[in-house]
Amino acid sequence: MKYLFCIGLIWSIAILNVNAYSQAAMGDEVFLDSVLTIQEINVVANKHQKEIIKPQTLSGVELERLNSHSVADALRYFSGVQLKDYGGIGGIKTVNIRSMGTNHVGVFYNGIQLGNAQNGQVDLGRYSLENVEEISLYNGQKSNIFQSAKDFASSSAIYIYTKRPTFGHGRNYNVMVQMKTGSFGLANPSIIWSQRLTDNISMSANAEYTYANGRYKFRYRRLQLNGDVAYDTTATRQNGDVEALRAEMGLYGRIQNGRWNLNGYFYTSERGIPGAIVNNVFRRGERQWDKSAFGQGAFEKKFSNSYSLKLSGKFAWDYSNYLRDDKKELYLNNHYYQKEVYFSVANLFSINNWWTVSASADLQWNTMAADLTDFAYPTRWTQLGAIATAMNFKHVGLQASLLGTFIQESTRSRKIYTAGPNRHEFSPAAFINYRPFDSDWLEIYGFFKKIFRMPTFNDLYYTEIGNADLEPEYTYQYDIGISISRQLGHSFFDFVSIKTDAYYNLVKNKIIAYPTGKQFRWTMINLGKVRIAGVEVSGDVAAHIEKVRMKLHTQYTFQRARDYTDPADSFYGDQIPYIPRHSISVSYNANYRGWDFNYSFIYTGERYNEQENNLYNFEPPWFTHDMSLSKEFTINNVSLKLIGELNNVFNQAYEVIHNYPMPGRNFRLTAKISI
Amino acid sequence: MTTLNNRIATFKVLAIALLAFVTSLTSSCERDEVLIDIVQTQVTQPSYTDICGFYLLNEGNMGSNKASIDYFDATEGVYYRNIYAERNPTVVKELGDVGNDILIYGNKMYAVINCSHKVEVLTPDSAKRITQIDIPNCRYAVGHEGCLYVSSYVGPVQIDPTAQLGAVFKVDTLSLEVVDTVEVGYQPEEMAIIGNRLYVANSGGYRVPYYDNRVSVIDLNTFDVADVITIDEAANLHRVEKDSKGRLWISSRGDYFGSISTLLVIDPASKKVIKNMSIPVSDMWADGDTLYTVSSEWSYVTGGNAVSYAKVDMASMEIIDDNIIKDGTDASIKLPYGIAVNPLTKDFYVCDAKSYVVSGTIYCFDKDGCLKWKETTGQVPAHFAFNGRIEYK
Repeated sequence: MKYLFCIGLIWSIAILNVNAYSQAAMGDEVFLDSVLTIQEINVVANKHQKEIIKPQTLSGVELERLNSHSVADALRYFSGVQLKDYGGIGGIKTVNIRSMGTNHVGVFYNGIQLGNAQNGQVDLGRYSLENVEEISLYNGQKSNIFQSAKDFASSSAIYIYTKRPTFGHGRNYNVMVQMKTGSFGLANPSIIWSQRLTDNISMSANAEYTYANGRYKFRYRRLQLNGDVAYDTTATRQNGDVEALRAEMGLYGRIQNGRWNLNGYFYTSERGIPGAIVNNVFRRGERQWDKSAFGQGAFEKKFSNSYSLKLSGKFAWDYSNYLRDDKKELYLNNHYYQKEVYFSVANLFSINNWWTVSASADLQWNTMAADLTDFAYPTRWTQLGAIATAMNFKHVGLQASLLGTFIQESTRSRKIYTAGPNRHEFSPAAFINYRPFDSDWLEIYGFFKKIFRMPTFNDLYYTEIGNADLEPEYTYQYDIGISISRQLGHSFFDFVSIKTDAYYNLVKNKIIAYPTGKQFRWTMINLGKVRIAGVEVSGDVAAHIEKVRMKLHTQYTFQRARDYTDPADSFYGDQIPYIPRHSISVSYNANYRGWDFNYSFIYTGERYNEQENNLYNFEPPWFTHDMSLSKEFTINNVSLKLIGELNNVFNQAYEVIHNYPMPGRNFRLTAKISI
Repeated sequence: MTTLNNRIATFKVLAIALLAFVTSLTSSCERDEVLIDIVQTQVTQPSYTDICGFYLLNEGNMGSNKASIDYFDATEGVYYRNIYAERNPTVVKELGDVGNDILIYGNKMYAVINCSHKVEVLTPDSAKRITQIDIPNCRYAVGHEGCLYVSSYVGPVQIDPTAQLGAVFKVDTLSLEVVDTVEVGYQPEEMAIIGNRLYVANSGGYRVPYYDNRVSVIDLNTFDVADVITIDEAANLHRVEKDSKGRLWISSRGDYFGSISTLLVIDPASKKVIKNMSIPVSDMWADGDTLYTVSSEWSYVTGGNAVSYAKVDMASMEIIDDNIIKDGTDASIKLPYGIAVNPLTKDFYVCDAKSYVVSGTIYCFDKDGCLKWKETTGQVPAHFAFNGRIEYK
């Protein structure tokens, strides 16, 4: 009842405000925000137009509105995504798409994949939204055949695009300075400077510093069976501090019928690892230092009406230092180094105006070193080749691709580690869409894809645990969907869209940790089969009352992800860990004359934190209500934006991961100046 | 203006609908978390001896905070699963993380909770908390003449943090406070007391490949390391028992690169290995001079765990039986992890930890090795304490 009252109050305020604004909205001022929004939607729409299955996308102003600090936070609003969040600003955040596992998600930064050969996971909590223009999520793969072979090579993919410099009429530079502060002792200044160098070349530089002490209150409360309070304790999360510096620079060029870009990225951080909260241990002493740097570039040119070429390459270096210096634990101080070199050539041949064929070839080299005893020093060479074809008819679009992957590994070690055998795999995919009406308001689409993920260096070679004989882990995906979208031009409703997907995935040869019967010792084996059936429904409504523009986005995901490894297991047929059957997100936005109000609600249903679906592993549902209000002013071509955010409005105590309490009510303030 | 009002009305209707939707969600998922109740099962007929039951400590996995205590009441024939939370509802976050040993000594029960860095002191009749003793990274406990000795992976902070020695903590069982500490080898595990000397097996389990192969000998009068027994035949020492002839029985976990687990008999006086029994040991239990062992060892050749059981006569140092389960039940035991023997009835209990991350199973066999009953336990069932009116060890 408390919540009913609170929500009611908030909505009353919102509605009252809307009334007030709509009555005041009699003038004819230029609606700066909505103009920008429309432009950005168009840009995005063009980018995704050729795609057979359109991705879920958040971009521009929409991204800003979502009370999100990092890419990981924003992904919570997508269908089929489960975020693993260990809490706090410095905590690890990874995503699992359609229950296939984190290692099956490819994350692409400005078009080139972010690698982590060590554990195959990308911590999306480290990618702040500050310089991000767009995030897109593709199930299967980006259904645009003019791309590198790597783009065909994961079960699902997230594309993060940073802001490309654009200049208003007669302008040669833009500067944006931003400062964020708020709960957790956050200080987060950043600057983006973009400059037109010549008519065809522009530059963008961006730096961001983040400091947070990471402290927040969390609460554990349990009742006895008779309803009396068993315990109710509130404590402060410790050792969750983070200090990070990120610097990026990009050069963007246009040439005749083409373009190129060069990007450099540098990141350094120190953070505490807060760890699990267990009985008698509310503070831990683990720390981690990370440094990573990469440089990447791409060149794209249309040489004739029938031939286009795209070249891209990357060099990446990663360093990580893990220190456990806690009087109660054994001391540990390990250093890890990774290097990656990558190069790709993609060719597009247009045979006629409805038929295109592409061929791409990628070469990648990964190596890892660590100061662990008897470390294996693995090196992996990967060659990928993809051929693909697309046919676009008036009502039907078809795409098919075949990816070949060839892998060779070697190790260097004093002990008996042998390298995994050479691998070669062929991975097909097919996509189709059907638009029965000329105006494209209705689309029916579907895809099939078989793909695999290689065991990571940790799976294969981690001292005492790794198993070099591991086979790849396979996924098979079948999806069918329907999307309806209409511009309405109604006096109240502007736009409505509904998208529904039904899918079935099979994960085979799943790589799991298995006990060897000796303490401290586990090994990795290919044992595990998961069948996943799911339904995703999302809907968008845009409406207006006079000059007040409103948007509502809702999303519902149902997933049955069940373990069918061995009928003798006690968990045969049970839902796999951390996958809720039901999850929902709702976000509502209203803006008027530079005022912007956003409210969002996220619900994740009950889950289990281990394989057995019993009461000892039960994780209760959690939900949060977040809201923000912002105002943009423009004075003499200088724009100032102030944003206030309030997260977890009702101060819910919850955990996404067992024993990792999440923050209660918290706030953030942002000031942003653009020149 | 009418159309505007209509639109506002429409908007309000929509907003209220959404509000109702969100609210119903919010209130339907709003529920208080309640402690998990005991699950009790009648597993067998009541029986009346001087041993009225046993406690079983389930380890739970590191970071999961799922250590739990089960109780078997022989006088009712009832198995009670997960009794700690119900008996001690006010303890924040329940029993703790990784239960590693349990023992009843004197008129108290001690549960060693490794990753919660504490020894939980309980009443033996009802498992109600008396207090907790903070000991960092504590592993095993033994009792002797009014004192409890607890091995710990971490002793005082060293100059070289990468070579931190373990320690044995001495606890006064009246004041329930740590009264002394002595540094031993690397990552010490089980202990045995013969005469006035305490023998602790050092594993060096976290110093791969430089495992420890020493037994530290502590003089309990001075509480100093009086001697060290170095074992050349094996390293990574783990379990320790003693026999009636004053010999030590020490198991080695073996190492990852070929050397397998084994069991050694040591004469503490001459500091020599008298016999290498050449049987692998995951857990063992001495009942008088009869030693029961269980073992499971991963084999990359077969891609599975090789499981074995044995019964050893400690007096003659001979293996009596290498197949203690006679009715074929062993076929369904995936990963035997703990064993205990009822000193009166000679019933014996085998714990199956399965894949570690699921609920285990306890099997009760009669003295002839035939299954009497079995029941689901907590995660990683391992450690026993018999409750009764006799000294059983």
